[in-house]
Amino acid sequence: MSLLPLVWYCLLITALFLYVFLDGFDLGVGILFPFAPSEESRDVMMNSIAPFWDGNETWLVLSGGGLLAAFPLAYAILMPAFYMPVILMLLGLIFRGVAFEFRFKAVRSRRVWDYAFHFGSLLAAFMQGMILGSYVTGVQVVGRSFAGRPFDWVSAYSVMTGMALVFGYALLGSTWLVMKTEEPTQAWARKCASYVLAYVALFLVIVSISVPLMNSAIRHLWFTSPHFYYLLPLPLATAVLVAAIWGKLHRGSQTSPFFMAVGIFLFAYIGWGISLWPWLVPFAVTFPQAAAAPSSQAFLLAGTVFVLPLILAYVAYCYYVFRGKTSREGYY
Amino acid sequence: MFAHLDPVVLSRIQFAFIIAFHILFPSFTIGLASWLAVLQWRWLKTGNNVYGDVYHMWVKIFAVTFGMGVVSGVVMSFQFGTNWAGFSDKAGNILGPLLGYEVLTAFFLEASFLGVMLFGLNRVGRKTYFASNIIVAAGTLISAFWILAANSWMQTPAGFRIGRNGLLFPVDWKKIIFNPSFPYRFPHMVTAAYLTTAFVVGGTGAWYLLKNRHVSQARIMFGMAMIMAVLVAPLQLLFGDAHGRNTFRYQPEKVAAMEGLWKSERGAPSILFGWPDQKEEVTKYAIEIPKLSSLILTHDPNGLVRGLKEWPKGERPPVPVVFFAFRVMVALGVLMILTGLTALVLFLKKRLFDTKWFLRWCVAMSPAGFLAVLAGWCVTETGRQPWVIEGILRTSDAVSPVMGFSVALSFCAFVLTYAVVFGAGTYFILKLIRKGPAQVETYGSHGLAQPPLFTDPASKKD
Repeated sequence: MSLLPLVWYCLLITALFLYVFLDGFDLGVGILFPFAPSEESRDVMMNSIAPFWDGNETWLVLSGGGLLAAFPLAYAILMPAFYMPVILMLLGLIFRGVAFEFRFKAVRSRRVWDYAFHFGSLLAAFMQGMILGSYVTGVQVVGRSFAGRPFDWVSAYSVMTGMALVFGYALLGSTWLVMKTEEPTQAWARKCASYVLAYVALFLVIVSISVPLMNSAIRHLWFTSPHFYYLLPLPLATAVLVAAIWGKLHRGSQTSPFFMAVGIFLFAYIGWGISLWPWLVPFAVTFPQAAAAPSSQAFLLAGTVFVLPLILAYVAYCYYVFRGKTSREGYY
Repeated sequence: MFAHLDPVVLSRIQFAFIIAFHILFPSFTIGLASWLAVLQWRWLKTGNNVYGDVYHMWVKIFAVTFGMGVVSGVVMSFQFGTNWAGFSDKAGNILGPLLGYEVLTAFFLEASFLGVMLFGLNRVGRKTYFASNIIVAAGTLISAFWILAANSWMQTPAGFRIGRNGLLFPVDWKKIIFNPSFPYRFPHMVTAAYLTTAFVVGGTGAWYLLKNRHVSQARIMFGMAMIMAVLVAPLQLLFGDAHGRNTFRYQPEKVAAMEGLWKSERGAPSILFGWPDQKEEVTKYAIEIPKLSSLILTHDPNGLVRGLKEWPKGERPPVPVVFFAFRVMVALGVLMILTGLTALVLFLKKRLFDTKWFLRWCVAMSPAGFLAVLAGWCVTETGRQPWVIEGILRTSDAVSPVMGFSVALSFCAFVLTYAVVFGAGTYFILKLIRKGPAQVETYGSHGLAQPPLFTDPASKKD
């Protein structure tokens, strides 16, 4: 096996993870938006993510574009397979994206854009979760294309994973707000985070049990010796993190809950990745099978090794520029 | 009941709708980002706060437009997969890396520094703030570079080979990126974007001057816009001519459709107006200028121009769309040049800022750039049909294995969403224009309460 597809596979799952946790917290803020205690809180919440949301969403564009560039076959199968949820996610992203600008320009219609922001974020998160759920259960492929039906993505299972991701993003969003805001928004965010955390724990248990139950290969991977012992630290560490966030939240910690929530996402993501290895279109096309021509992968990689560190550096710089607590007055 | 819905036709309609909406935003923001950087530079250089007023007004409009460009652009980036999976599978090896480079070298740059540009005025130094504006402007141009390389390659594919399963494989990346039509299409589009911005800004300035509002700021808007009309509109004529001759060489059937020319002719006339009839294969009621087409396209009054009948019916583009869109684009271009010439004459007579009829004319010309851009893309994209990649892959073979009714549903959803969202966006932009520049009251995209570092005397020490 050539090294290039593996390198691209690693780059892509990294990009997707960066998307999930970066846009995750700003989608999460949108999910929690209407429940905020006051108009002032909503202003602060919006301001805390306004400089970042566009950059965060760019990781999604990179994940999509990167999939097309490095694994065009997978892109050509998965996008039609998830036609409707992808379109619905995009519609959600449109409504919540424009709300950032429109909300501060609107006078009478402000409430409308508050809800556009909330429901757009909710829809995008829920659809991403549904896509994830139906991705894990497999995609029908004949030849080089999707051969399933338009509503294959709808099942009780994918509805459950949709809800799981909504709560997951809400956890990221609420812990982000604990970090970036002050009283009274912070106190409210703290309450939200511990409430949401309970649901996240519940969904983690359901997903961890259900995925191996549905697929014998995954069951075999996780529950036979010696794999079982190698993989055991993953769920254990996740459980420890859940408990630790709970403790930190109740002891008044400001920054650690957010990073621990990211940790939960990371462990869940790794577990998910291990379960599906080496499938790119489960259970039909592996990542080496979907790989683009070596010269295509090499051409894009040559630039990526220079540009990606640069991107990470200036993205970090932008987060540094807007460090500390978000003020209400700063921007509008 | 949904069986007769054709996913190819519906996907084409949806794609046309989405891309036509999307191109409006970059057309405006490419020019606006560069112009805002020029304004900031003048402001820093002269210390004249009027430049600052103008900057603050337009950066708000920039923010709204850019936001809409981002969300409609994200939709675009997924369309290739959702609706054109055949295209993605066949051409992914070539177009994937080009689009990948666009994300890596442009999108992140724009998105990250846009945050600093819109919200960072009181958080970073004046030089850094100015630099983020320049970076955003550069990002818009880099983005245009890659996407036009990709589009041009679809028009004039080069540097590739066809392998097993009909997949396309890259052979020479330099030839792929700098394919034959790219050096023409890229300047043509960037110039079009600059002109689009100039006419919007000029029209706004003219409107203030007519109303006698914000006069000192309006003179800057109108004056700078007219400089662009004088210098850049004629330049566009040259780019357009060169691009046309490039198309004549590589996509002669597109030019034949643009010209409404059916029979191959030496000394072909240029048809000013007419009605191209696809059934009878003739352009009716034609008003012609003898030999002009040959002269323009071959630089020889008796040069040979090939007519549409040389191609089988299945390989001709839809002629009327290409024919009329081309005329709309050229007519608007000519009007822009005339606007520039008139502005020059009035300026020399020292009447530029108070000639009422000309100010009214410029208000009417505000949307000219948008219309010309739409018409131009209509010519080049429709003119490439029935191919999605000229001569290599037919549009009908590029479509996804999705059902017609899925596409019909998504199209309706897009139409509704875009009507609401971009309708509201246009309303907010018009509201910002109506309000006009505020004199040093608020700053930044959302308006800062306190003076920014720019006017802070302490920051001038270094």
